[in-house]
Amino acid sequence: MSLNKIFRNTLLVFFASILLSACAVKTTGKMQGDVYTGKDTVEYLASGVPDRVFFATNETVLTTASRETLRKQASWLRKNSKINVVLEGHADERGTREYNLALGERRANAAKDYLMTYGISGNRISVISYGKERPVDSGSNPLAWSKNRRSVTVKAN
Amino acid sequence: MRKFIFLIYVCLFVFNWGKAWSLIEVDITRGNLNPLPLAVSPLSVDQNSKDKFKDLLKLEDIGIEISKVVENNLRQSGLFNPLDPKAFLQKPDIAHVKPRFEDWALIKAQALITGEVKIVDEKLRVEFRLWDVLAGKEIMALAFTTVSENWRRVGHIITDKVYQRLTGEKGYFDTRIIYVAEEGLKTSRIKKLAIMDQDGFNTKYLTLGNELVLTPRFNPTNQMVTYLSYFKNLPRVYLLDIETGIQEVVGDFPGMTFAPRFSPDGKKIIMSFAKDGNSDIYTMDLESREVEKITNHPSIDTSPSYSPDGKYICFNSDRSGYQQIYVMRSDGSKVKRISFGNGLYGTPVWSPRGDLIAFTKLHKGKFYIGVMRTDGTGERLLTENYYQEAPSWSPNGRVLIFYRETKSDSAGKGFSAKLWSIDLTGYNERMVKTETDASDPSWSSLLTD
Repeated sequence: MSLNKIFRNTLLVFFASILLSACAVKTTGKMQGDVYTGKDTVEYLASGVPDRVFFATNETVLTTASRETLRKQASWLRKNSKINVVLEGHADERGTREYNLALGERRANAAKDYLMTYGISGNRISVISYGKERPVDSGSNPLAWSKNRRSVTVKAN
Repeated sequence: MRKFIFLIYVCLFVFNWGKAWSLIEVDITRGNLNPLPLAVSPLSVDQNSKDKFKDLLKLEDIGIEISKVVENNLRQSGLFNPLDPKAFLQKPDIAHVKPRFEDWALIKAQALITGEVKIVDEKLRVEFRLWDVLAGKEIMALAFTTVSENWRRVGHIITDKVYQRLTGEKGYFDTRIIYVAEEGLKTSRIKKLAIMDQDGFNTKYLTLGNELVLTPRFNPTNQMVTYLSYFKNLPRVYLLDIETGIQEVVGDFPGMTFAPRFSPDGKKIIMSFAKDGNSDIYTMDLESREVEKITNHPSIDTSPSYSPDGKYICFNSDRSGYQQIYVMRSDGSKVKRISFGNGLYGTPVWSPRGDLIAFTKLHKGKFYIGVMRTDGTGERLLTENYYQEAPSWSPNGRVLIFYRETKSDSAGKGFSAKLWSIDLTGYNERMVKTETDASDPSWSSLLTD
């Protein structure tokens, strides 16, 4: 890679992050696009290991922040090899019930697949979808919905 | 001169003839802004029967009570305007034998329902007649016997017969609704299966609320229900026998099964099975327990519903990138997308008449209940709201029942979930009375045909 290219990439990343942070500021300060970035509802599996990741509307793609969270979970799971986990997938209330059950399952599996690429055995991970049945925030507003679109890693034993 | 008289005579004859045959008809294919005025005379009861029913059912006057059921049904249908009984001039027993049509015409009744209830061998015997007031004749008479606890159903059956005689189509009044009764906070909602008569009476709870239950649906004979239960925190499709209360899990799937419905012959359950982030549609034969995979696609395939002849299945898939409605043969071949409008489409349900598919549509932050032809043409949106979904057809395919939720603040305040119904015409939108909050309604077929 030429120096020029590296420079250009750095510049791109730099501008992109400015743009994104501008976006986040423009909305509520707790969302990037419509993905929740705040910590209000987050609990911790261990110090510095957040238990949940958030998704955009109708999406199951893991964001950069989500992947970072899951890497922390994976390294914690590697250190605590006796612990198994359940990944609970959720959707917001702005969708039909049956589709949201499938969407929650897909979200939890996106998290599971990522943990597995970091060496966690699939045998230690089970998955359950609650669809839109168990919101953490009762509000009917975009911020509440962003907190509810989530996959939560819960200790199973 | 003679010729003139003759002419007048002919005219009179034609008028009279026209009048005599001006049998009442109600058009249910259009929104009805002028519901047909009719009189539901209280059913007459002799003193002896009245006393016995009072003992048995704790009802002051069973005749009045049954006629109230009929009256309410007819009013809710939006097609009829039952007149205030206070204006009735004739006594029920006399009206039932020989109505004085002038009296009923005077209060603008075009049709009249009369009847008689008796106790015969500890059973309830009812006889009723439908009269065309303008033509001055009886147009229907029926009698039947039933156990007295079924007295509300007597009112529903009478309504069905009257509705059928006047509209030319089968009614939907002697039916039940199965639904999910909801209580408690939005974040930890308690849900139970509940069943009630179509008019909101006789509610019974079928589960205790210990586990989350969703999406109950009747089998064609209304004795079984298939639904999703989170029993032991394993979301699976279950089968419940309403009479015996026996529940069993459907199949042995290593993951979540959901979105169940019966096939039109009642022999199979069709549902989604989710595994490794992919939901596909499966069927299970209830007798042979044979499982068949119907769709095979890496997208979400869910909410399957059979056509009434069992030859086709409509379902919801996001294989195009977003939720849309598809139709395929019942073996899974010839998959064809049918929804192409703006927005997302979900919860397709095939009409019992076979010609339409009802759906939920999400567009620009609003939810719609609509219908389209089975090839996707002729989309018609019936109602718009903040949140509503999951339509279910009345057995005659003329009315849809669905549920609607309201907005809430962060404390969950303002939230409610209620059942609503609307005619296929887009008119006659009504809240359906339930004891608690309610969702996921499913309409039974006619209990007596």
